[in-house]
Amino acid sequence: MVEWSPIILSFKLAGITTLLLLLVAIPLSYWLSYTRSYFKPVIETLVSMPLVLPPTVIGFYLLIAFSPANWFGEFLDETFNLQLVFSFEGLIIASILYSLPFMVHPIQSGFNSIPVSYSEASFVMGKTRMTTLFKVLIPNIRFSILTGVVLTFAHTIGEFGVVLMIGGNIPDETRVASIAIYDEVESLNYRTANIYSIILFSITFIILLTVYVTNGRYMKRIWK
Amino acid sequence: MIILHLKKTLDAMDGKMELDVSMHIKENSLTTIFGESGAGKTSILRMISGLMDPDSGRIEVNGKTWYNSAAGTNLRIQNRKIGYVFQDYALFPNMTVKENLSYALKKRQDPRIVSEILDIIELENLKNRKSGTLSGGQKQRVSLARALVGSPEILLLDEPLSALDEGIRSKLQDYILRVHEKFKLTTILVSHDLPEIFKLSDQIFLLKNGIIERSGSPSEVFLSNNISGKYRFTGTIIEKTKNDVVHVIGVLVGNNLIKVIATDEEGDSLNIGDKVMVVSKAFNPLIIKLNDQNK
Repeated sequence: MVEWSPIILSFKLAGITTLLLLLVAIPLSYWLSYTRSYFKPVIETLVSMPLVLPPTVIGFYLLIAFSPANWFGEFLDETFNLQLVFSFEGLIIASILYSLPFMVHPIQSGFNSIPVSYSEASFVMGKTRMTTLFKVLIPNIRFSILTGVVLTFAHTIGEFGVVLMIGGNIPDETRVASIAIYDEVESLNYRTANIYSIILFSITFIILLTVYVTNGRYMKRIWK
Repeated sequence: MIILHLKKTLDAMDGKMELDVSMHIKENSLTTIFGESGAGKTSILRMISGLMDPDSGRIEVNGKTWYNSAAGTNLRIQNRKIGYVFQDYALFPNMTVKENLSYALKKRQDPRIVSEILDIIELENLKNRKSGTLSGGQKQRVSLARALVGSPEILLLDEPLSALDEGIRSKLQDYILRVHEKFKLTTILVSHDLPEIFKLSDQIFLLKNGIIERSGSPSEVFLSNNISGKYRFTGTIIEKTKNDVVHVIGVLVGNNLIKVIATDEEGDSLNIGDKVMVVSKAFNPLIIKLNDQNK
């Protein structure tokens, strides 16, 4: 009998991660696009690290940081009653960090592609930065935002290493589809593994195909 | 009256350049800042609008201080009443023509001004088009219209017509003159097109390497260099052919092509695209009446 909960959990994780990451990435990308701060290259590098680091490295450090044996984990536990190791909340935070470049890069390059004169024209018309951001900038980079959303969603569905490191394999809590496949294969349940795999394969194929078809130019730039 | 004293070190093409200008601009005048590219023209407009801060100086508009480095006054961009037409138009592609104009409305401003301006600049039939679908000349008109919506105290035009062809250009110059008079604006134009300057401006500041070299009316500034020509026109060189001994230079003045003979030396120094003045000194020109009314 095929359990549906890992598939549902994967989508729940991807959905929440994408939503929260969008809220983080818009201000961060805006800042990266317009700042002249000396810290910009450092922040840009940190944002891009998950592209090249093995997921196990991120997972390992998060595991250490979130562990109640250390001050940060202890602080979270005592102050907010939050245990991030082997929990769904922990997975969300890990996924946000792990998918950061997939959301920030398209949005940042969207902001960069907008002529500076748009913002300047808006300021001269008496509009604040906020109004300019929401009425002028965001509507004109909606395709970049859509690309970021789709990539983040698909990438989170495909996570394995990070989840394994800090989430483990707890049913209904951290046992997402990619983990479930590994688990089923280990128990030689090839049929179940195959069903999960086909579902993931088809859905990610459709998602990425949609992006390529609607907005092909951008994808080529990131995944070159 | 607009009083400007601006000092700023700018990054120019060949190293640093000191911009140091003082200008007095009369209310309701149309003033042109003329100069080569890189002379600091656009920077002056940016400092007036607040998009760029001077290193030191003072900007006073109709008795109000917008900027004074000595007193630490620096009015926010949003609170300076400016209409700005950018070189690249800066229309928002996500909005229609009418939405672009409505966006420029100030809080609690009567929205009827939008329809009034659409009517004056003859944009009524384009008002529901997205700005990306417009031609260059149409975009420029929308950009001009949008700059007028907020009832600006100063209208700044940054080479608004440089990308347009001759016919549309002349039409747009008429629109600029029309709104300048209708809304009693104080307009500052940046341009390096001589015919345009002669047609539009009351007053010119000739800017060279960050310093005002001359100022005055167009003829005072451009025609004062001791040429007592019998007649003179400004135009653009559009062709240059070399015969056995001389060059024949074709100069476009308005819509007429005038052929002028030049010596080898003169011919070598003139290039296609140069702005020139055609002057006749030695011969008295013929005058021929176009309509014979006394028959």
